[in-house]
Amino acid sequence: MGCSRRIISHLKARPFNSSLSSIRDESFLCQWYSRSSIASASGHRHHHGHNQPHEAQRPSNAGFSPKTASFFSFRPSARWIATEPAANHASTSTSAVNNAVLEIINPNDCIEVFVDGHSVKIPKGMTVFQACEAAGVDIPRFCYHPRLSIAGNCRMCLVEVEKTPKPVASCAMPAMPGMKIKTDTPMVLKAREGVMEFLLANHPLDCPICDQGGECDLQDQSMAFGSDRGRFIETKRTVLDKNLGPLVKTVMTRCIQCTRCVRFASEIAGIQDLGVLGRGGSEEIGTYVERAMASELSGNVIDICPVGALTSKPFAFTARSWELKSTESIDVSDAVGANITINSRGPEVMRILPRLSEEVNEEWLSDKARFCYDGLKRQRLSEPMIRNAKGRLEPASWYDALKAVASVIAKSSPDQMAGIAGKVADAESMMALKDLLNKLGCENLRCEGDGLRPTADIRSDYLMNTTIYGLEKADVCLLIGTQLRNEAPLVNTRLRKAVRNNGAKVASIGPAVDLTYKHTHLGTGPETLMQVAEGQHPFFSVLAKAKNPVVIVGAGIFERADREAVMAAVQKIVEKATVVKEDWNGFNVLLLNASHAAGLDLGLVPGVGVSTNWKESVKFLYLLGADDTPLNDIPEDTFVVYQGHHGDHSVYRANVILPGATYTEKEGTYANTEGRVQQTLPAVPIIGDARDDWKILRAVSEVAKVKLPYDTISALRARMLAISPNLFRVDELEPSSRWVPDSKPAAPGKVDASPFKSTIENFYMTNSICRASKIMAQCTAAFSGSKG
Amino acid sequence: MHAGRRLAQAFAIARRCTSSASSYPQEKRSLTRWYSTALNLHKDSPDNNPNVPWDFTPANMATAKEIMSHYPANYQQSAVIPLLDLAQQQHGGWLPISAMNKIAEVLGMAPIRVYEVATFYSMFNRTKVGKYHLLVCGTTPCRLRGSCDIEEALLKHLGVERNEVTKDGLFSVGEMECMGCCVNAPMIVVADYTKGAEGYTYNYYEDLTPKRVIELVEILRRGEAPPPGTQNPNRFNSAPAGGQKTLLCEPKPPPCRDLDAC
Ligand code: SF4
Ligand code: FES
Ligand code: FES
Repeated sequence: MGCSRRIISHLKARPFNSSLSSIRDESFLCQWYSRSSIASASGHRHHHGHNQPHEAQRPSNAGFSPKTASFFSFRPSARWIATEPAANHASTSTSAVNNAVLEIINPNDCIEVFVDGHSVKIPKGMTVFQACEAAGVDIPRFCYHPRLSIAGNCRMCLVEVEKTPKPVASCAMPAMPGMKIKTDTPMVLKAREGVMEFLLANHPLDCPICDQGGECDLQDQSMAFGSDRGRFIETKRTVLDKNLGPLVKTVMTRCIQCTRCVRFASEIAGIQDLGVLGRGGSEEIGTYVERAMASELSGNVIDICPVGALTSKPFAFTARSWELKSTESIDVSDAVGANITINSRGPEVMRILPRLSEEVNEEWLSDKARFCYDGLKRQRLSEPMIRNAKGRLEPASWYDALKAVASVIAKSSPDQMAGIAGKVADAESMMALKDLLNKLGCENLRCEGDGLRPTADIRSDYLMNTTIYGLEKADVCLLIGTQLRNEAPLVNTRLRKAVRNNGAKVASIGPAVDLTYKHTHLGTGPETLMQVAEGQHPFFSVLAKAKNPVVIVGAGIFERADREAVMAAVQKIVEKATVVKEDWNGFNVLLLNASHAAGLDLGLVPGVGVSTNWKESVKFLYLLGADDTPLNDIPEDTFVVYQGHHGDHSVYRANVILPGATYTEKEGTYANTEGRVQQTLPAVPIIGDARDDWKILRAVSEVAKVKLPYDTISALRARMLAISPNLFRVDELEPSSRWVPDSKPAAPGKVDASPFKSTIENFYMTNSICRASKIMAQCTAAFSGSKG
Repeated sequence: MHAGRRLAQAFAIARRCTSSASSYPQEKRSLTRWYSTALNLHKDSPDNNPNVPWDFTPANMATAKEIMSHYPANYQQSAVIPLLDLAQQQHGGWLPISAMNKIAEVLGMAPIRVYEVATFYSMFNRTKVGKYHLLVCGTTPCRLRGSCDIEEALLKHLGVERNEVTKDGLFSVGEMECMGCCVNAPMIVVADYTKGAEGYTYNYYEDLTPKRVIELVEILRRGEAPPPGTQNPNRFNSAPAGGQKTLLCEPKPPPCRDLDAC
């Protein structure tokens, strides 16, 4: 590969630390042992800057932040564009001013309107506002939000329509054929200026101390459309601040009553907590009774609030938006793989914002993904450590730590070795772990949360085949052993969308939870599942009659001893109710961990000969960031290597600690629960003497004399390409093969009667990063018990 | 106009209004409500917190069911205003938080949606009021005809502030905007919660003077019902005081009907 050659030559050109001449012949290790981590970090970034083959594949919404983009950047990929694969429809595009392109699904359903004299064809039913956007004309707005219902209460979007005597609020006015819309007449300009003046009448002029400063719609629009002075000389009103919990800071005097937050809470998050109280001059947003906003999506109101009324509490007064560096990356707190922007200043992650991705997270982000970043600064493992004879961990040099690991590897027999990939491991390091152990002759590999007898034979058996986006089309959904709201909040919002938009019927088997929408709780355990599978349950016929039926199985099932039997029952339902059809695959597994799908794609499952009670005889255990595997049942003399970034559960048992990088510090490939491959990019340098995870494994391999054949991440990715080609196609979704009923073994074993357990006890504490986070601890304290 | 001068004017107007409307000291006045609604916020108190049980009386529950039957099953929340009104009458003129929660439960809506309605309408009282809640009209015609003096007299006589309840729990004075009775300004409304939802009355007392309004209070205190309507003995309903001043004879037909006459 051309690119990898270029990187290699680049590395060769770097001067190496000559004091380490003993191992100088090996360029990789040479770089490795060099203590000047800064130099290696910058060198790494350097070649990164030169050579980013995947960068070109990033979607064009680069740099999108929902806070700032609302009106200055018109996104041509706007939401009404054909959502079906274009091949199914005759699609045409119209090009209007500013080169905005609008794809039209059905040309017969179009009307023509004129925006500032330019003709534009738009689908019927669109509003004047959308017509203007389609024509590439930005209309200022506060209350309008494309994903929320239309409120029409800020009046900022006034435009002139020929033959109407008064300016009209474009966001709430349906476009009519032949309408002549004018957006830049003196009447419109004056109307906007007037609205701005009214909005600012009771708005405090505290921009210098307001956290929204620099990314405030009110500030921007007042600069663009407002007057330079107001005529309001009376005393401004003040409004009591509300306590919405540890995440959302309120300065309610700044609120302009756009009601976006109220609509978000009730429409998207599905919590009926916020409301508009009072009226007229004393109208305010609040909860009336004192309560925190008990939603796992509450952080999104910070983004949608156009002013500084709702801001981030943890971020308050820590940085200004313009001093932050943005890095586009991927969230790893759950298996959804939400697209994020990491805002950093120097070596510190200051905040995390969602990045637009229609297929994955729209523009939302769960609170865990948004606020766990303070955990990146706490409890970090910054240097290698070895447990000494007294049982205490002592800092050591990389050389000694790697030697210690290698010496145990040399002594252990392959069938007494094991490797476990943790919840947030990236595909590259999992690949390296697999290669390392396989080279040593060990087949005992697994991903955390995969249970005793994992399989990765058929891709569609462990993926969300309907895709997250596809869930919107569902009309009947059966949830089996999953608490969607805690396990994947953003998948839950999609299903909520299906419930709201198509009246989808949702039923669940498993622990009773509040999903934020109407659903039927059929039962708690396999008993009910068997009834449905046998067709005895009334819900079966509902599912069988559905057009787009969906079954979602929680990955918690994997941990059960009767996994195969439960899955067989699910397959029976899938077959009998024709959940998988010619053009619709409604069978889904919802994974819990960011690393899981890639791990299974790479085949991180134990080989056939590995017994289920391998733990009893294990002598060498390699934990790749695995912190949620109980280690109390392994023998005393097992040598445990913990490679990871946080001092969490497993370090108490570890004999050697090899400090790795977090997802904000490394370039790593992740596949989400639908199999979509995405990559993180380093936003901040790796701390202390920690290293990139795949490099650690590569170094271990070399010291253990089973050198892995890759020196660069590109070479490693080329190796991944050989194992699982889909992991090479970043930002793409490789459709899983159609589900093949014949390939399933006959129902093995019997189901056990114990009910499906909840997989996540505490939404805010699911991985080592969250567990180190103070904010997540505050959330736990504030919300514990308030959610199922 | 020069901004400074306008500011001074605005303050002067504000001062005049407030000083005539109330005679109690400045710092106390700042605690009272400026708008017709109270704080848009619930604060738990011993007699008003979500743990105080509250339910409709059986008779009122039947009324509530009857009201709800006017609306289709999927629009039960349309009954929220009449139900809040009923609850308020039953509960001596104000709505504790548990009553609003109960209504949310009865109508199958989120409590916050009930709070939104209750805070929007100023006729829903969310803090305690007297058995007789006296509402002084505060809109321009009544103001011009001296409603400030009426309020001042009431407050002084009862020894309370606006929206404060007298010690015996019998009276409270509030403000309302124009109640459509300007022709007999100034006027007050007496919301009578002494007899629950069944005997609830909401009567207008018009053509008031500071003296007459105090007489009214005393009549109410005795448990009697003063005759509602105009308190001017010279006036019949809203006809001109002292007899008709216009339309004293059969009006002449419009000239177009009697073409000869023109
Ligand atoms: S708090 Fe923000 S989002 Fe909510 S109504 Fe006020 S301005 Fe709008
Ligand atoms: S954006 Fe149209 S009224 Fe607010
Ligand atoms: S102004 Fe008092 S009733 Fe109209």
